[in-house]
Amino acid sequence: MPELCLGRVADNKKLTETVRALTVEAEAIARRAAPGQFVHIRCGAENLLRRPISICDVSGGAVTLVVEARGAGTDWLARREPEDVLDILGPLGNGFDTGGRRILLVGGGIGVPPLLYAAKKAAGVKRAILGFQTEHRILLEEEFKNACDEVFITTDDGSAGEQGHVTAPLKRLLDRGAADAVLACGPRPMLRAVYELASQYGVPCQVSMEERMGCGIGACLVCACQTRENGQLHMRHVCKDGPVFRGEAVVW
Amino acid sequence: MVAPQLNVNFAGVRFKTPVVAASGTFGFGREYGELFDLSRLGGICVKGLTVKERHGNPPPRIAETPMGILNSVGLQNPGADVFIEKELPFLRRYDTTIIANISGNTVEEYCELAEKLSEARVDMLEVNISCPNVKAGGLAFGTTAKSAALVTEAVKKHSSVPVMVKLSPNVTDITEIARAAEGAGADALSLINTLLGMRIDIETRRPVLKNNTGGLSGPAIFPVALRMVWQVSAAVKIPIMGMGGISKAEDAVEMLLAGASLVCVGTALFSDPLAALRITEGIGAYLERKRLDSVSQLTGKVQPYQL
Ligand SMILES: Cc1cc2nc3c(=O)[nH]c(=O)nc-3n(C[C@H](O)[C@H](O)[C@H](O)COP(=O)(O)OP(=O)(O)OC[C@H]3O[C@@H](n4cnc5c(N)ncnc54)[C@H](O)[C@@H]3O)c2cc1C
Ligand SMILES: Cc1cc2nc3c(=O)[nH]c(=O)nc-3n(C[C@H](O)[C@H](O)[C@H](O)COP(=O)(O)O)c2cc1C
Ligand code: FES
Repeated sequence: MPELCLGRVADNKKLTETVRALTVEAEAIARRAAPGQFVHIRCGAENLLRRPISICDVSGGAVTLVVEARGAGTDWLARREPEDVLDILGPLGNGFDTGGRRILLVGGGIGVPPLLYAAKKAAGVKRAILGFQTEHRILLEEEFKNACDEVFITTDDGSAGEQGHVTAPLKRLLDRGAADAVLACGPRPMLRAVYELASQYGVPCQVSMEERMGCGIGACLVCACQTRENGQLHMRHVCKDGPVFRGEAVVW
Repeated sequence: MVAPQLNVNFAGVRFKTPVVAASGTFGFGREYGELFDLSRLGGICVKGLTVKERHGNPPPRIAETPMGILNSVGLQNPGADVFIEKELPFLRRYDTTIIANISGNTVEEYCELAEKLSEARVDMLEVNISCPNVKAGGLAFGTTAKSAALVTEAVKKHSSVPVMVKLSPNVTDITEIARAAEGAGADALSLINTLLGMRIDIETRRPVLKNNTGGLSGPAIFPVALRMVWQVSAAVKIPIMGMGGISKAEDAVEMLLAGASLVCVGTALFSDPLAALRITEGIGAYLERKRLDSVSQLTGKVQPYQL
């Protein structure tokens, strides 16, 4: 059950030039939050629609939200200061299944944050592959190193970690048979490549999808994602049935 | 002073408050039902129903605009039979008025829907002849007086519950369509549905919506909706459910003064899921402040300038 609550901003920390980590006290949401779920936040009177933001971490009665300022709404959000109050709806959606003996988390860019809480909640051996454009855009490296057994960083320009896409280290780990489950979040082309690679190795892959939203709770049907389940086509909804889907269910 | 009366008799159907959830923004009530008690609503217009299941249009189906949104859902719904079997019993657990919103590709489909749903004892039908997001049907019936009358008359014959016809703003003269629906036997009218609109992403040079165009709703359309309700209320005698951009109690009061007996709240729910409840409370407070004892005393009470 989602809760509608007013959360007090406790902290706003700069992670990169455009990305901030907001800690928001929202007990009712923190208590129920599961990895991969998101919240729907009102971003000032000038933005009509709420903005969906993933739950990056939970500690005590607070949730951490990592926000990249991309447009009017996220820019407003990134500028919130301690003591500001946010109108938040959540936790929403279906998150990751973090079961399995050896879990491999694969994140790209602003898709990395929700994987942190998944890493913390998972019980097995945890590895993470985190891809970014360039060194100064790297997010949460320390946090992942603390939560995982192994962390691999890739950058498009080779300024840090391995040069190239997340799929190169992913393939090596799959070759080694080092994963029983892959959990991925990032841009759609990355998700598709990760899912296709994992499926070649017969490793189940969960993907966290993005779509533009209205209500955020499953009532308005705008956030459609087509799936094929048991041979049948369905129109599912990212906010309620997702954001996490089984890779093989998504019609790519 | 006793609390003002909020209940409304609308075409013979009782609404405990004048505030109704707008079709398509509220699903079948389940999701909002987790956030508040649905019995606090005057009524619920359910998501538009068709004879067969529809998957709707491909995403993106929504774009934000200045104080509005465009949607191109395309009438995704599980079909009337599934609604009757799985959703209506759930809605019936609440003390609120249930309105089935129906769309057909042909007049026969509208009739089949009217028959099934009135047999299933929904409280009222809302005949959607104004959906801008589907190729056949929908808007095709709502843009000429003749076809609007044709659908209305046929649905009336097949319905045992009161029939309300939902009008499109995408016409030259909405009063002409309103009169045609009234003449064909409509018990009430609802307006407005969304206004056709478009947005383009200047980087990709592609429309933001995969359907290219969509329907505009939200505060941006409120003045247009208000004007249309005012004009239609002067043109017909049957009652009107007014909607389009209502996001606060003051908007709702304006809509009632313009001639509506009920108001619908849609897009406003996306930013504030409790908007309908806040609007209901605000209407009550306005009535108290104005020392009026019933919300019905507001309907059509605007005093226009004589030109
Ligand atoms: C389930 C989910 C989880 C997300 N988690 C995070 C997160 O943890 N951190 C983060 O920084 N971003 C996250 N996003 C993306 C974030 O929601 C968008 O960047 C944001 O909505 C953009 O709003 P804007 O006003 O800044 O941009 P604008 O481009 O001005 O937005 C215009 C409209 O389009 C929508 N929109 C634009 N881009 C996206 C997008 N990528 N996804 C969905 N809607 C979009 C907006 O919500 C708004 O309605 C997530 C998206 C989804 C669907
Ligand atoms: C996402 C969405 C879906 C809608 N679906 C329907 C529908 O199925 N049938 C219908 O008659 N109107 C539909 N509408 C129109 C609304 O019921 C209403 O007429 C319109 O949105 C104006 O009111 P508002 O500004 O308060 O939202 C839809 C509107 C939205 C935003
Ligand atoms: S955003 Fe309304 S159904 Fe997903």
